[in-house]
Amino acid sequence: MTRALITGNAAAAWGARLAGAEYVPAFPITPQTEIIETLAGWIDAGEMDCRLVTLESEHSMLTAAGAAASTGVRVFSATSSQGLLYGMEMIYAAPGNRAPFVLVNVSRGIQTPVTLEPDHNDVLATRDSGFLQLHCATCQEVLDSTLIAYRLAEDHRVRLPALVNLDGFYLSFTREPVDIPARTEVEKFLPPFNPETTRFHAGEPVSQGVVVLGGAYYSYFRYEQHLAAQRALEVYAEVAAEFEQEFGRRYDAVETYRSEDAEIVFFMIGSFSTKAKDAVDRLREAGQAVGLVRPRLLRPYPAEALRRALAGKQGVVVIDQNLSMGMGGVLHGELAGALYGQPGMPPVLASFIGGLGGRDIAAEEFYEMVEVTRKACQEGVTPPPRLLYTADELRQMRKLQAVAHAERREDAA
Amino acid sequence: MKDEAITVYKHMKDLPSSRLLGTGTPMCAGCGGLLAVHQAYDILGEKTVFVNAAGCMTLLAVYPYTPFRGSWLYTAMASAPAGAQGVRDALDIQLAKGRIQPEEDLQVVVLTGDGAAYGMGLSSTSSAIEHGLDFIYLCYDNEGYANTGQQSSPATPHGAKTATSTGAQGFGGHKKDLFAIWAAHRPAYVATVIATEPVDLARKIEKAKNLKGPRLIIALSPCPTGWDFDPQETVEIGRLAVKTGMWPLKEYENGRVTHTKVPPQRAPVEEYLERQGRFAHLFKPERNEAVLAEIQAGVDEYWAEVEKIND
Ligand SMILES: Cc1ncc(C[n+]2csc(CCOP(=O)(O)OP(=O)(O)O)c2C)c(N)n1
Ligand code: SF4
Ligand SMILES: [Mg+2]
Repeated sequence: MTRALITGNAAAAWGARLAGAEYVPAFPITPQTEIIETLAGWIDAGEMDCRLVTLESEHSMLTAAGAAASTGVRVFSATSSQGLLYGMEMIYAAPGNRAPFVLVNVSRGIQTPVTLEPDHNDVLATRDSGFLQLHCATCQEVLDSTLIAYRLAEDHRVRLPALVNLDGFYLSFTREPVDIPARTEVEKFLPPFNPETTRFHAGEPVSQGVVVLGGAYYSYFRYEQHLAAQRALEVYAEVAAEFEQEFGRRYDAVETYRSEDAEIVFFMIGSFSTKAKDAVDRLREAGQAVGLVRPRLLRPYPAEALRRALAGKQGVVVIDQNLSMGMGGVLHGELAGALYGQPGMPPVLASFIGGLGGRDIAAEEFYEMVEVTRKACQEGVTPPPRLLYTADELRQMRKLQAVAHAERREDAA
Repeated sequence: MKDEAITVYKHMKDLPSSRLLGTGTPMCAGCGGLLAVHQAYDILGEKTVFVNAAGCMTLLAVYPYTPFRGSWLYTAMASAPAGAQGVRDALDIQLAKGRIQPEEDLQVVVLTGDGAAYGMGLSSTSSAIEHGLDFIYLCYDNEGYANTGQQSSPATPHGAKTATSTGAQGFGGHKKDLFAIWAAHRPAYVATVIATEPVDLARKIEKAKNLKGPRLIIALSPCPTGWDFDPQETVEIGRLAVKTGMWPLKEYENGRVTHTKVPPQRAPVEEYLERQGRFAHLFKPERNEAVLAEIQAGVDEYWAEVEKIND
């Protein structure tokens, strides 16, 4: 093992390298590109026995990834934002072939308008695809989750591709100290890929991705994928336990932070949860019983673990770094679905949208969200969803609009 | 011709008598595409994996049946060549590591219609050729999006009526030159074929099979359903496509284009057109002399160009 100060992108690349990925179909996109450049550098230097091929698009990249996995090699790929959307047809197609591989997504807001900075609308667009989803909050977690993702995806009971998500900039370009295990240690945890019966070679013909005629047959295969994804919950628990034994780091499907005796908890995914942890510490210092509940695993949805973590709480501050237009926060809706009608669940789930396109969520905003939620608990009325935006931000926006209007007038003159 | 010395297919009697492709597929009666696929398959053999894009042939493999003795991978309309890339690379990786033996290797064959080959899949095709991918691309060209009801595709010929070109003039565009697009990439091999010239087809598949790198076979595929003719006419219409010079049989290799079957006396294009419902509006209620002349002129110009180069 070595300890190094590396970015989230480098951690993802290390994950692929240590997993012994044999094939990397690639395509550049900010803020992911460093991952494939790092891998390409290792391959060119002879440090990694792997083949990297730059396809002409993410659609092709994901097609090649699925096809290579179906042919029996361990596949890694990475993308972000527009790239993920561009390849979406194959994101939905791949799971049904039950040929596992790992895809890292470096979250970045999607157009329009164009931005390079992160939020979770890109990754949540893959929510219903059949890909398993692991969400990271630290660079260490990126490396470790990549290894865990292979074990989980390749498990005989699961056999589905997995997506590991990290936030652009906040993790992709942030250096943190990371323990990089030796390949020999990793090999104990993650044996070579076993393609099972899904492997193209002469002598044993296989047909993949075929048509079914009739809704009942179709439903059967779709249900199979769903049940496999659900089985991934118990498999995840086993794999995480083994990982802890091997490497000493524990990754429950749902992370809880000072939430045991909390009255109000933050609920969110991704790197901004480290900001929430800070806020929890400050609020605790001020005598408030506040905590954090963060699902690492979003698919399969760890509903039971979430109910355990949230039972008896007065209120939940659900922070969505995404926006489903005309509906609100995706995580909020899902959580409500998991808790509704179950005994002992918190009566108030307050919805907040924030951190879109990399917009910061300030400490004061975390305090304010707790305040709003506490008040709602007292009054017994769930507040309408709030879009985080400060008066100052609006002033700055108005300034830009004034400039835009002035420019237009000048053009017209 | 020097090739003829090395080919085993000189006459009809040399063609394989076995039939590798199973029967009972849901393709239409008289499907010219299926004819080409089954003739090609007899020569390619069962050590193949067909990588397919959305189209009529996607319905060859309907769970739990397949007419193929070998393997099959359906990808998507846009990206069959990328699927071929993934399969080929994964086979090579495993061959290099000794995880599979050379005799377990497969010929990777992309099988798509013209809509994918000339249009949606062109970007992934170009990428595969640029990578020097070792694969055969078999395009059955029925000159339209047949599976969705024969709408105009980038391979639809000028003047044809399609589900999206129903006006008096038919399709206003011109058939894209996929052969030239491929040749411009300098691949290992490009050829046009038609199932109604089975010896020519067999020779070209045989040749492609023995080469390495990107190889394209475009099979003009008379389509009774989309072109509107009686299924029993498939063979005659195919022959007329060649006889009129509308479908030149040719191949590209080492930077050179060779015509493998030059019609000695080209029949007028009308003989080909008038047998197909999709061109009926050019003849009835009155003859559309302008469009007919335009189509004939296009064919004449093509062959004049060929003769000039061969002189
Ligand atoms: C991305 C996408 N868009 C549209 C379709 C619908 N579709 C299925 S087959 C087809 C036509 C394909 O045309 P071609 O490649 O010529 O094959 P053919 O149908 O003629 O056999 C279309 C448009 C699809 N399957 N996928
Ligand atoms: S529509 Fe045409 S190409 Fe498709 S199966 Fe029928 S005859 Fe063949
Ligand atoms: Mg077609």
